[in-house]
Formats: sequence, C-alpha cells, structure tokens
Amino acid sequence: MDMKTVLSYEWGAMMPEFIILGTAILLSLFDLFAPKRFNRRPLAWFALIGIVLAFVSLISLLPLAETSILADTFRLDSFAKASKLLLLIGAGLVIVLAASHSANDGLGGYQGEFYYLFLTALLGAMMMTSSGDLITLVVGLELLSISSYILAGMKKKNLKSNEAALKYVVMGGISTAITLFGMSYLYGLTGSTNLGEMSETMARVSDSQVLYLLGLAFFMVLVGLSFKLATAPFHMWAPDVYEGAPTPVTAFLSVISKIAGFVILLRLLLSLFLAASGDTFGTVAFLEQNRVFIAVLAGATMIIGNVLALRQQNVKRLLAYSGIAHAGYLLVAVATLGGGYFLLDTVWFYFLAYLFMNIGAFAVFQWLADANSSEQRFIFVGLAKRSPAAAVAMTIFLLSLAGIPGTAGFIGKFHIFLGALLGSTPTDYILASILLATTILSYVYYFSLLVQIFFRPAATKEAVRFPVSLMIVLLVCVVGTMIFGLAPNIALDFLHQHFGDFTDFISMG
Amino acid sequence: MNDYLLPLLVFSPVIGMIMIWLMPKTEEKTLKQFGWIGTLMPLLISLFLYQQWLTGVSLSSYQIKWNWIQFGNLAMYDDTLYTIDFELSLDGFSLVFILLTTVLSMLAALASFYIKTEWKGYFLLFLLLEIGMLGVFMADNLLLFFLFFEVTFVSLFFLIGRWGYVNKEKAAYHFLVYNGIGSVLLLFVIATLFVRVGTTNIDALTHILNVGDVALLAPISPFLTDMLCILLFIAFAIKLPVFPFHSWMVRVHREAAPPVVMLHAGVLLKIGAYGMIRFGLGIFPEQVEKLALLFMIVGVISFLYGAFLALVQTDLKLVWAYSSVSHMGIVFFGFGTLNDAGLQGAVFQAVSHGAIAALLFFLIALLYERTGTTELNELGGLAEHLPIFSGVLLTAGLAALGLPGMSGFISEFMAFLGLFKEQMLLAIIAVIGLILTAAYTLRAVLKITFGKKTYSMTWRDVQGIEYVPIAILFMVIVAIGVYPMWLGQLVQEDITTWLLRIGG
Repeated sequence: MDMKTVLSYEWGAMMPEFIILGTAILLSLFDLFAPKRFNRRPLAWFALIGIVLAFVSLISLLPLAETSILADTFRLDSFAKASKLLLLIGAGLVIVLAASHSANDGLGGYQGEFYYLFLTALLGAMMMTSSGDLITLVVGLELLSISSYILAGMKKKNLKSNEAALKYVVMGGISTAITLFGMSYLYGLTGSTNLGEMSETMARVSDSQVLYLLGLAFFMVLVGLSFKLATAPFHMWAPDVYEGAPTPVTAFLSVISKIAGFVILLRLLLSLFLAASGDTFGTVAFLEQNRVFIAVLAGATMIIGNVLALRQQNVKRLLAYSGIAHAGYLLVAVATLGGGYFLLDTVWFYFLAYLFMNIGAFAVFQWLADANSSEQRFIFVGLAKRSPAAAVAMTIFLLSLAGIPGTAGFIGKFHIFLGALLGSTPTDYILASILLATTILSYVYYFSLLVQIFFRPAATKEAVRFPVSLMIVLLVCVVGTMIFGLAPNIALDFLHQHFGDFTDFISMG
Repeated sequence: MNDYLLPLLVFSPVIGMIMIWLMPKTEEKTLKQFGWIGTLMPLLISLFLYQQWLTGVSLSSYQIKWNWIQFGNLAMYDDTLYTIDFELSLDGFSLVFILLTTVLSMLAALASFYIKTEWKGYFLLFLLLEIGMLGVFMADNLLLFFLFFEVTFVSLFFLIGRWGYVNKEKAAYHFLVYNGIGSVLLLFVIATLFVRVGTTNIDALTHILNVGDVALLAPISPFLTDMLCILLFIAFAIKLPVFPFHSWMVRVHREAAPPVVMLHAGVLLKIGAYGMIRFGLGIFPEQVEKLALLFMIVGVISFLYGAFLALVQTDLKLVWAYSSVSHMGIVFFGFGTLNDAGLQGAVFQAVSHGAIAALLFFLIALLYERTGTTELNELGGLAEHLPIFSGVLLTAGLAALGLPGMSGFISEFMAFLGLFKEQMLLAIIAVIGLILTAAYTLRAVLKITFGKKTYSMTWRDVQGIEYVPIAILFMVIVAIGVYPMWLGQLVQEDITTWLLRIGG
C-alpha cells in the first residue's frame, strides 16, 4: 500500500473515530503531565466536548452514501451510522454521570484514567459498528473489553470492585476465546476474513459436511457473544460485575457495551449466516433454520432475568437483572428476525428507548447511592417528599422499563412483539407469550421501587438536592423517554429517512 | 370547533392539573377546590355534547383523526399499512359512559374532601385517572384504547396504594398483578390483529373481519379467531370482574379510599362491560354467539356467588364489594343473552350500578368519617341519632336491591327478560339471587340503622355539601328508574347495529 492509495481513501468517513481517539490521547497526555494536585474532574467536560464534536461530525456524515476504506475493513454504512448515533448519545449522557460521581466512592485518584479509558472503550464500540472484516471486528471488541475490564476495577481499594474486574477479565477472556474459535472455523471455511467475501463464499456452500462445520462455527460464535451480551445461561458474571463497578461504569456496561454486543451479533448473523443456506438444497437460509437456538436463549434470558430480579435487595443488582431481561427482549427480535422485516428498526428503536430510560434510572440511583453510601432499596424511601422532581423522573423511567404505554419502552416492546407475531410460527408465538408473561413479572419489581419512592414515609424530610449536571441528564432522559413514547414517529421517520431499510447493510454480501 | 371538541374533552382535566401543580402542597383547601373545579370542565363539555345530541346533531361529526405512529417504512406501498392514528369518536353508547364518568368524577372529587394527606399528589392522580377514563370511552382504535386503559391502571395503582386503609399496599399489588395479566392479554389480541390486518381501527377491523372481502397480510384461521375472542373476554372479565376473577376487586373495594372506590366501582369496572360490548360484539360477533351460553352461565354463577358471599360479610365495605361482583354478573349474563332486552339490560345495569355503587361508597365515606369503622358488629341504631343518613342509606340499599321506580329495577328486569327468552331454566335458578340480594342489603342496612345503639352524640348528621352527591345520584337513579327511555334512546341505535351483525 503506497502513499497514494492511503491518501485516496475517504478519511472523512472515520472523522468521529478520529475525534474520539484524539480526545482520548490528549486526555491521557494531560493526565500524565499535569501535577498531582490538579483536579481531574473538569476533564470530564473535555471528554464530553470530544463526544459532542464526534456526534456533530457524524451528523454531517449522515448524507454520505455507503463508504468503505482500508481495503473494506472499515465500512460506514447505514447500520454503522445508526448504531454510532446511539453510542454517542449514550456515551455523552454517561460521561456527565461520571462527572457528577462523588469521589468518596474510591475513584478519587484515578479520575483522569477513567475518562480516557471510557473514550477508548467507546472507540472500540464505534469501530465494531463499522467493521467490514473479522479482524477489525475483533480488534474493536477487544479494545472495548479491555478498557471495560480496567473501568470495572477502578475502585482500587474496594473489594467488590476488584472481584468485579477479575471476574470480568476471566469471563471476557473465555468468551473472546470461544468467539475466536468459532471465527477460525469461518475463516477456514471461506478463506477470507472480509465479511463481504465470506458471505459470497458461504452463499455457495451446499455440502452437508461443510454445513456441519458451519453449524459448529455458528454455535461457538453465538455462545461467545452470549457471554458478552450477558444472556442466560451465560449471564452469571453480570450482576457481580455491575455491583462491583463504579455506577457510571455500570451504566456504561449496561448501555454502551450492550449496544456494541448486539451490533457485532447482528453484523455476523446478518452478513454471514443469513446468506448461507440451511440445508443441502439451499431452500432455506441458515439463520432461518437455526434461529430456534437463539429463541431458546431469548426465552431463558427473559425468564431468568426477570425471576431473579424479583429477589434483589441491591438496586444495582436489580438493574443488572433488569438489563439481562431487556437483552432477552432484544433477542426475541433477533430470534424472530423481526418477522423478517422489522428487525433492524426494532433493535434500533429499542436501544434508543433503553438508553434514555436506563441511563436516567442509573442517574437517579447514582446520586441517591452516593448520598446514602448504600445501594439497597431503602435509599429510594420517601424520595417523593424529598425531591418530587427526581421522583417523577424515576417513575417515568421505571414505567418505561416496565413497558407501560405512553413511554418509549412500550413502543419498543410493542415493536418487538409485532415482529414476533408477524413470524407466526409456533416458536414465535411461544416467545411472544414469554415476553408478555415476564413483562407482568417485571411489573412487580419495578413497581416495588415505586412503592419505596411514594408509599414509604421518609426517615428525614431533608430535601435531596441533585447537582445541575445530573439534572440535565435527567431532563434529557425524561424528554427522550416521553417524546419517543408519545410521538415515536419522530424517531421512526428519522430512521427511515436517513437509513431507509438498511438496504446497503443487508446486501453487503 | 367540532374538530377539537373531543380532544378538548379528553384533556380538559389537564387545566385542573396545572392549577394544582402550581399550588404549594400545604394549601389544603385551595387544592381540594381546584381538584373539584378541574372536574367541572369535562362535565360541562360532556353535558354540551348531550345537549347537542338532543337537538339532533350527529355525534359522528365530532370524530377526529390525526396521524400518529407508522411502523415500518412502507409508505411507498400502502399509506395506511401498519399505521396507528390518533382517532377519537363518539356515539350514543360511549356518550352514556362519558356522562357517567364526568358526573361521578365531579362527585368523587367532592367526596375527596375527606382525604387527609398529600392533597396535591392525590388530585393530580385523580385528574390523570379522569383523562384515562374519558380516553378509554372515546378511543377509536384498539391501541389508543389500550394507552388510556393503562393510564387508568397506573394512576389507580398509586391512588389505591397511597390513600387507602390498612392493607392498601397489598390491595394495590393484587390490582397490579390481576390487571397486569388482563392488559397483557388484551395487548396480545391487539397486536395479533394489528399484525394480521394492518390496522387497529375498530370500524376497519369489524369490516375486514366480518365482511371479509379485503386481502389480509396474513390469514386469520377460525381457530385463531376463537382464541383471540376468548383472550379478549378473559381480559375484560378480569376488569369487570366476574367469578372467578373477582378477588382483586374485593380487596380494592375494601382497602382503597372511598372516593377512589366510587370511581372504581362506578366507572372503571364498566370499562370491562364497555370493552366486551364494543370490541367483543363489534369485532367477533360470530364467536360471541358461540360463547353466549357460557357467558350466561358464568354471569349467573357470578350473580349468585356474589350475593351469597355478601350475605355473610361482617364489614359493610365487603357487603358492597360482593354486591358489585353480583351486579356485574347481571351485566355479564345480560350481555350473553345477545337479544335486545338483555343487551339493554346489561348497559342499563352498568350505568345504574355506576350510580348506585358510587352512592353506597359515598355513604361509606360519610359513615367512616363519623364512626371510624364500617364493621357491622360495631354499628347499630344510627336511625335515632342520624335519621337523614339512615334514610339515605336505606333508600340507596333499596335502589341496589332493585326496588321498582329506581334504576336497579329496570336494569335487572330487562336483563332477566332477556335471560328468560334465551334460557328459561338458567333464569329460574338466577331468580334466587334476587331474593338473596334483598336479604343481604336489608341485613346490612337494618343492622346499621336499627338494633343496639352504638353511637356517640358528637356524630353529626348529613350536612352542607354532603347533600350534593346524594341529591345528584338519587336524581340519576330515579330518572333511569322512572323514565328509562332517555338512556335507552342513546344506546338503541348501537345495539340494533350489533344485533344485526349477529343476525339475531
């Protein structure tokens, strides 16, 4: 590759990544050379500026047609753009959470590290959304994972945080190994790591022996990614890691990492396994044939996530299990392929809703947990009296998480549900029924928090004052949850206008 | 004007909510007054609509339809596919329930003057509940109906769990789980129809499923239609409620604050009846015909079961709660007869029970305010010291047991007339319930008003503003009892349409 080729690439397509990378490097240099007594907290705002700039540059890239550079390893297609929008909005909100995180949590001396590792994790997630090649996909995944391992262990003197980090490293390592093992089969079968070329090769496969190997690869990749997504039965690590990690990191893991995990899953499934044929006659797509396995995962995840959430006293663990349950709902969309039509719309909209309601819930939780030095349910007691605004905001987030109409969470769930019913095979109906049944279960634990907020008398009447930055996060999240719940077409029209039906992504093979 | 009247009606309680929201939460008196004033605006609009109807204006002219949600990027193929509009409409049948809602909301707001704590939150939720109830009766598509239905669900959860008696939280959880199951079943039906037909508009669904000359996106097999119909009816049977889905409602009636129960018994249970008639009969006429016998049997069981249990209760609230179960049984079997008299009876009973139950629970509020108990064993001989209260209680009881000249009589008479036409044997068994009704009502009322004296001289009789709800509710009860035609005319047109559809 000579200089001329390098210069001929349309580097503008990578602008958001460059901005994030640049900000991360600047922050790390600054953290390295700034004197120790210098307060690192303002670095959060610097990181936020980086994220906002990246967001603006991404917006300016929206009209750009599908572009791929670096020998097809980096693709900016509609799917990448849509996912990056979500990632950047989420990251912007989480970084403000981190800025208002109180230092007595043990994060004290390591704030500088926190912000640039956060940015590198984000960079990894963004690379994953754009990768057109297994190599970049895995590099992005590892960048995200390794940054997250350190972030989870950020509270150096805290035993739980250490446990979280160690567990996360071990589980993450295993899952990466399994995924890579599966990918090695894929490479062996197709002789390429480029997703486009691989899908062309796989579309021609009809030999039953090769299909068997393909199935093996499918299972390996699915299981490996299931660890990352924290779907049952591979979810054990999630509650412990969520509990031990500092709250902003938990919010990051539950939103950004989850989006990234689904992005890689969808990329692999749709670009490789949808093209391959499921039997020797080539009458049915491989994914169609084997989607029942994803369905089993989805069903188990919804049931286990919701049932275990019922028993949690620690709110962070409760939110962790709730996050597992939501991953289950999303897997329903994947397993039913959105009825063959709605899949990407559904997942995108659900994540949009999820990111506002979940980060909002974490914002309220974080401040109360910091103020009370506890993570148990009782920190919510009497919130209605002590801070009515926060109580109303938290109510909206919880109702949205529970999927009550009028909130974005309902539209998201309804969309998934429509896709499942559109499929109209028995599997689809069973999944749809589990989705509904577990939704009722989830009412019980979400409403039990509401009971704490509204029904239980507070021990003190002292008002809880939220810092302005958190208030802004809450406001954004409330507005997002309500607007996309009452007028979802704002988001859906935007999606269709800018990304159409994701045709350039589906047909990348 | 016509374009905005219905949305204005649905969202008019918002004005009251804003007024309350701007007040500091310590201003008890002002908050209570604002809460009451907030219910006046919807009342006036609904009365205006009724007056318009009387002068012969077609109610369908108020219909509105705004673009709302479109799923999928399908506009290039078909503009209406997978769209859900924000559409409200009105006909005689829904106007009856809207009038019931606005009148009872106003009266319940008056009765809320007894609320002792957190007036601000209470009245905000109260008015939100009213928005939900009004929306439910005006929604022209299933998803919008569901949205408003859930608004009532969430606001009621808080109203029950925060402002009730001792075990209010438990009652709120029971309410949450039972109604959660009900709404989830409803959602399943709505989503399945939406996916297969591509719309949730009620008229469109009725037309497509019953006339059937439109190509569906995916065919609906007869089996699936039967299942959907059964699920829909279970969902509304939980809401109504009929035996065996009634236990949550009894708890709510016992534990929630009386004004909340006034609305709950008066309006919210009727959403079940409304949904059954409008959606069940509207969308699934054939299936309903097949299930009619089951409805009648379950209705009669519910009627007898409620009456039997009401006979042995020792708490006045529970007597009235089981009496509600029993009366909803009448609605259910009246509906099941699928003839003109039976359906009219069901609608009449729904409205009549709304007024009577509201009155009975208002009296509970008065009683508890004075005596601090509703246990039958601790009460007695009130007639001597509280003659007006006792007289009102007795009259309300007589209305509940179906004394001719009051609304209870005409409704039960029509429902039984329908039942006798269809199932003579069942009707004969059901008649036992009428005797039981008289027995439990008189037992409870006489125990309180006569018998051993247990009163204190400081208790005062009915006074001042307390006469307003009593007078208005009696007017409604007697008006229906003496001249039922004014109500009958409102719903007759709709009933004829539905009956034509099942060819009966």
